[in-house]
Amino acid sequence: MRADSRWTTAVLVAGVLTLAACGGGDEGGGSGPGGLSVPRIEKLAALGAGEGEVNIVSWAGYVEDGSTDKTVDWVSPFESETGCKVNNKVAATSDEMVTLMKTGEYDVVSASGDASLRLIYGGDVAPVNTGLIANYKDIFDGLKDKPWNAVNGVAYGVPHGRGANVLMYRTDIVKPAPTSWGAVFDPDSPFKGRITAYDSPIYIADAALYLMKSKPDLGIKNPYALDDTQFDAAVALLKEQNKAIGEYWADYTKEVQAFKAGNSVLGTSWQVIVNLAKADRAPVEAVLPSEGATGWSDTWMIAAKAAHPNCGYLWMNHIVSPRANAAVAEWFGEAPANKLSCAQTVDKNHCTTFHADDESYFDQVWYWTTPLAQCVDGRTDVTCKDYAAWTQAWTAIKG
Amino acid sequence: MDAGVDGDQGVSMHRHPRWQLAALLTAPVLWLVVAYLGALGVLMVSAFWTVNGFTGGIVREFSLANFRTILGEEVYRTVTLRSVGVAAAVTVICVVVAVPMAFYMAKVASARARPWLVIAVLTPLWASYLVKAYAWRVLLGNGGPIDSLLGGPGRGPGYGLTATVIVLAYLWLPYMILPIHAGLDRLPDSLLEASADLGARAGHTLRRIVLPLLVPPVAAGSIFTFSLSLGDYITVQIVGGKTQLIGNLVYANIGAAGNLPFAAALATIPVLIMVIYLIAVRRSGALEEL
Repeated sequence: MRADSRWTTAVLVAGVLTLAACGGGDEGGGSGPGGLSVPRIEKLAALGAGEGEVNIVSWAGYVEDGSTDKTVDWVSPFESETGCKVNNKVAATSDEMVTLMKTGEYDVVSASGDASLRLIYGGDVAPVNTGLIANYKDIFDGLKDKPWNAVNGVAYGVPHGRGANVLMYRTDIVKPAPTSWGAVFDPDSPFKGRITAYDSPIYIADAALYLMKSKPDLGIKNPYALDDTQFDAAVALLKEQNKAIGEYWADYTKEVQAFKAGNSVLGTSWQVIVNLAKADRAPVEAVLPSEGATGWSDTWMIAAKAAHPNCGYLWMNHIVSPRANAAVAEWFGEAPANKLSCAQTVDKNHCTTFHADDESYFDQVWYWTTPLAQCVDGRTDVTCKDYAAWTQAWTAIKG
Repeated sequence: MDAGVDGDQGVSMHRHPRWQLAALLTAPVLWLVVAYLGALGVLMVSAFWTVNGFTGGIVREFSLANFRTILGEEVYRTVTLRSVGVAAAVTVICVVVAVPMAFYMAKVASARARPWLVIAVLTPLWASYLVKAYAWRVLLGNGGPIDSLLGGPGRGPGYGLTATVIVLAYLWLPYMILPIHAGLDRLPDSLLEASADLGARAGHTLRRIVLPLLVPPVAAGSIFTFSLSLGDYITVQIVGGKTQLIGNLVYANIGAAGNLPFAAALATIPVLIMVIYLIAVRRSGALEEL
């Protein structure tokens, strides 16, 4: 017994010592939307010389250097023009982006609306001096100064583009073509075991969006503002759906392979995945279902403690330049942020197809937003489920 | 060593064996306590912290919230039971496959073939874990080789729990074969011959001589296969379909949700299970005979 207690003490002492060694100076970061205190971080005053490299966290398909497809390359021109070597890290979910930015190893990030505010309030990103971004003036006004990329009128990033999550299906197996999200929420689906869904808590909003149209008496006005009853209904729908799911996807390469082999034949997807699967000769198509869809409006943000701020600013300016923004919008399958990009796309109808300046269309698209306890739809008589609750529910849904 | 030549220091070292021992053990003990047990200690301590749900910042205040969630929510019990089930199934499959293989390698094969058989068992360990897992993803895919073998697309197990058990059993098999092979290798042939001379049939010899001697190596191998399966999360992601194991939950909470304290709390489950398992193995006496 004496030896045992001595060991326990040793372990505890060692643990405490290690904690003391690595725990210095890091505070809890207690600010939240309740207090609405944004950490004070200075924006870059003037642009200096490039640092020779830039570390990027991005969505798949946002930073292409020709290695995926020889003709798809807007990184090499940037590197030769600015001398900033691009190191890219693809993240599969918004949560992963937030986690990666917290490591402090990255300079810029292409954050969606469900990550941007968390990064701003967490003190992980700095305000952007838009005066240093020459192409900022050409960005659609409909994308500037929005709740997800600006706080109190201060811009925290450069809008990248926007789009909708689509419903992808195998044309040779799923007949007739689906027109409603009901196809993936049908418990008696003929494609049981071959349906796929996006592996992130934010997917709960897709169920809420479907309930918004199919069960109006629940009174869902915004799929990111769910009170207890609405949230339970969405979770119940997803638990029912789980029985028909073959696999959940977060890694886009896995999704392409699953659709090519036929393990998955129906499910939520991104246009870039549709394009990659088609390039891989998989018989797939995608539709925007009648209920509308969840979607994204992405923002390039710069880390509060960026090691390469100048290259970061140069990158943010480059990615929204007319040509690069047109290329990335066409490759990823989204609406560009730069007005002048519409003249630069290979497919001249691209901006029309993706409704680049059609605000009434984007009223039907529910951009990913971080769910908060203070309902984001403005209700004050109830408390909504916050993102932590969404995260834990997601584990329970998958079972 | 000559004390006269070595001078005072040598003399004092001889006179103070405790100092000698201390000097000898400082480095390894530091490693064990600070790096190894210290890391475990940090894990245990951080399991009692929480995360600010919005900004993801860590709140360093003592709280039992994580453990309350784990014990209160049914899904964590389900996942724990599933993980233990997978680990047990993998271990059983590995034992069933490994015992005859190891017996053949150690006792039946010709002396020239034996080293080559050992090498053959070891070769899969030279290839990357990921490569093997993705190879199985292709093998098990819809209309893939296993489907065709069983008569067409959709006839095989597909991705899921079964696929996970198969692939894990494949991956950890060498860790079971090697200790059993080593155990059988030490078993003198004369013992088997003596048993036969005394009139025992092959089955009787196996039951009374070989199997009792196999218990310690099987126990050693099972510690590998059981603990490796219990902690795995990559194979499940690749071939597991929608299956979740403890490893996935830990990974999802670190990588995606950024909730390190909750991940630490979850990670204590496999630690606890392994401690219980090791105590059980030790009680059975298998470890002393190794």
